[in-house]
Amino acid sequence: MKHKTFFWFFLPTASAMLLFIALPIFSIVIQSLFTPHDAVIIVTENCDPFGCKQETTIDQDATRDLRKSEPLGKFVGLEIYKDRGHLAVNEIKEIWVESNNFAEFKNNIGNLPFYRAMAFTLTFTFTVTPLMLVFGFIIALAVNSLHQNLKGLTIFFSLLPMIVSPLIGSLVLFWMIDSRGIIGEALQYVFEDPDLSLKASTGLTWVMLIVYGVWHAAPFSFVVFYAGLQTLPMDTIESAKIDGASRLQQVWYVVIPHLMPLITFVALMQLMDNFRVFEPIVGFSAEAHAQSLSWFIFNDLGGETRLLSSAATSSVLTIIGVSILLFPVLIRTWRDFNEKSAK
Amino acid sequence: MINHSLKLPISLKVSISIFIVFWLIIAAFPFIWTLWGSFKIEADFFSKADWMNALFAPRTIAEKGGAFTGDGYYGAWVQENFWQAVINTTLVCFFVVGTSLTIGTLGGYALSRSSYKYTFWLLITALIFRAMPPITLVAGYLLPFYEWNLWGHLATTVIVLVAINQPFTLWMLHSFFQKIPKELDESAKVDGCTQFQAFRHVIIPVMWPGVITTGLFSFLLAYNDFAITSMLLSQNNQTMVPKIASFMGTTQTEGNVMFAVAAVVSTTAPLFLMVMFFQRQIVSGLTAGAVKG
Repeated sequence: MKHKTFFWFFLPTASAMLLFIALPIFSIVIQSLFTPHDAVIIVTENCDPFGCKQETTIDQDATRDLRKSEPLGKFVGLEIYKDRGHLAVNEIKEIWVESNNFAEFKNNIGNLPFYRAMAFTLTFTFTVTPLMLVFGFIIALAVNSLHQNLKGLTIFFSLLPMIVSPLIGSLVLFWMIDSRGIIGEALQYVFEDPDLSLKASTGLTWVMLIVYGVWHAAPFSFVVFYAGLQTLPMDTIESAKIDGASRLQQVWYVVIPHLMPLITFVALMQLMDNFRVFEPIVGFSAEAHAQSLSWFIFNDLGGETRLLSSAATSSVLTIIGVSILLFPVLIRTWRDFNEKSAK
Repeated sequence: MINHSLKLPISLKVSISIFIVFWLIIAAFPFIWTLWGSFKIEADFFSKADWMNALFAPRTIAEKGGAFTGDGYYGAWVQENFWQAVINTTLVCFFVVGTSLTIGTLGGYALSRSSYKYTFWLLITALIFRAMPPITLVAGYLLPFYEWNLWGHLATTVIVLVAINQPFTLWMLHSFFQKIPKELDESAKVDGCTQFQAFRHVIIPVMWPGVITTGLFSFLLAYNDFAITSMLLSQNNQTMVPKIASFMGTTQTEGNVMFAVAAVVSTTAPLFLMVMFFQRQIVSGLTAGAVKG
């Protein structure tokens, strides 16, 4: 295809992505360096026979004009990155000096909002991803051995947790684990504790969110692995059997190596997707115990005062996090491409 | 694989069956339970006394004279204007799918037919964009949207969703177009067609399976989105998912949680039908990216 034709074919999609993805990324980087103007203060001196008093008032008009003429605010450099709500550089230094041992240091850092959100996001990402891989793989193996007629039905029901919006999926589960809901009551009965509530403790909330994450993501790995199982080389399996391999050994030495490219693919995709965990926290109303980086941004943007600079800063930090997870994907794509063009 | 499975020992067969039943209950039961409960009153669906109340609904019978009541649906659809959100979602989904498929097929086709190195870099850029969590972009939208009075409108949200959808659409359509032999449009060009005519008359008629699959995923993205729609739409223009989220804030305190339950069931039902009719396309779409790589 000629360059010119290519250009015209590609122009609409390119301009959409430039305007609404590339430009906003650039914009949040700029916004994170600015903070809203302070109110303009006028100092007036009122003199009466008993002396002069200074009075400070906020000049509403001037403040509005200033904020309107420079909507970005004033330049503060990396100040917002270093404040308490984000990287909290000074607080960390203090904590480092004051803490007697590493456990205390870690504990104190856990009180800083950004690091708390980071801790949850990373825990969620790195527990849900392996669990959904294992769970999806077991489902795929099990479904694959089913009778042909049952497979379609099983796949239909298996797709449901993945296809519904995360917010709705988490709400559905949330109502069931409510202390008056069916699972909540069952748990109270099993543990013989009528006051047991999953919502009340931080640990249980985290477990609940992780269980939700696996429930939501397992169908994806199941479907991909199931498709991979259809291309399994039967003669390799046969020869493994002749050599006396048990079923477990067949799975370990033949099936898993055959699926390895798919496992890497799903794992890399899931690491990126789980890193943006957000809707379940809203759905489970779990923000008191678990906050993720995305929720952190959402919280800044919502409400009466839209804290754009703070949200932009969190966004930039989140994007840096995603980029680190994205790196292996890029390397893999690069390698694939080179292999293909070498052929 | 069928022959293989016949030789399974009976113990393994039993444990597989148990596991499958277990998984099906986990996957489907929450939805069935919520569907059932949406026709009860709150005192039954959230019963402090006995979970069996949700099944036999003594309170619903006592208050409404029957075991099923449509009060939750009435409250959500009529009292809380959920129908408005349904219309908004329909509009948003229709235009997002239409627009992203139109510009996506053009772009994806161009990427699959050009052999220059820049196509690779464009695909890599799309991959990077695909990885960006949508919520991180919102802070960048708000300032200009406020300035130019674009905030709150359905059209703005449609365009933003289309753009966010593009990287994924491009990748998917690119891999579908690569499966269509290049000789097809090459020969049309030899016969005197321009590139666009070749696309219009030769490629469009054969590209539908790929386009339908991609369209399903665009639809899902628009239908399920919460981050963008909740931030960029005004109260009146809200789509279904953010509307449900706002129910949680207001109605839970008033004891109208059943409105939200009914709204959730109403939102899930279309997805249910979609999976029923397009299961094959969804599965092929999920695996397309993976098996190729």
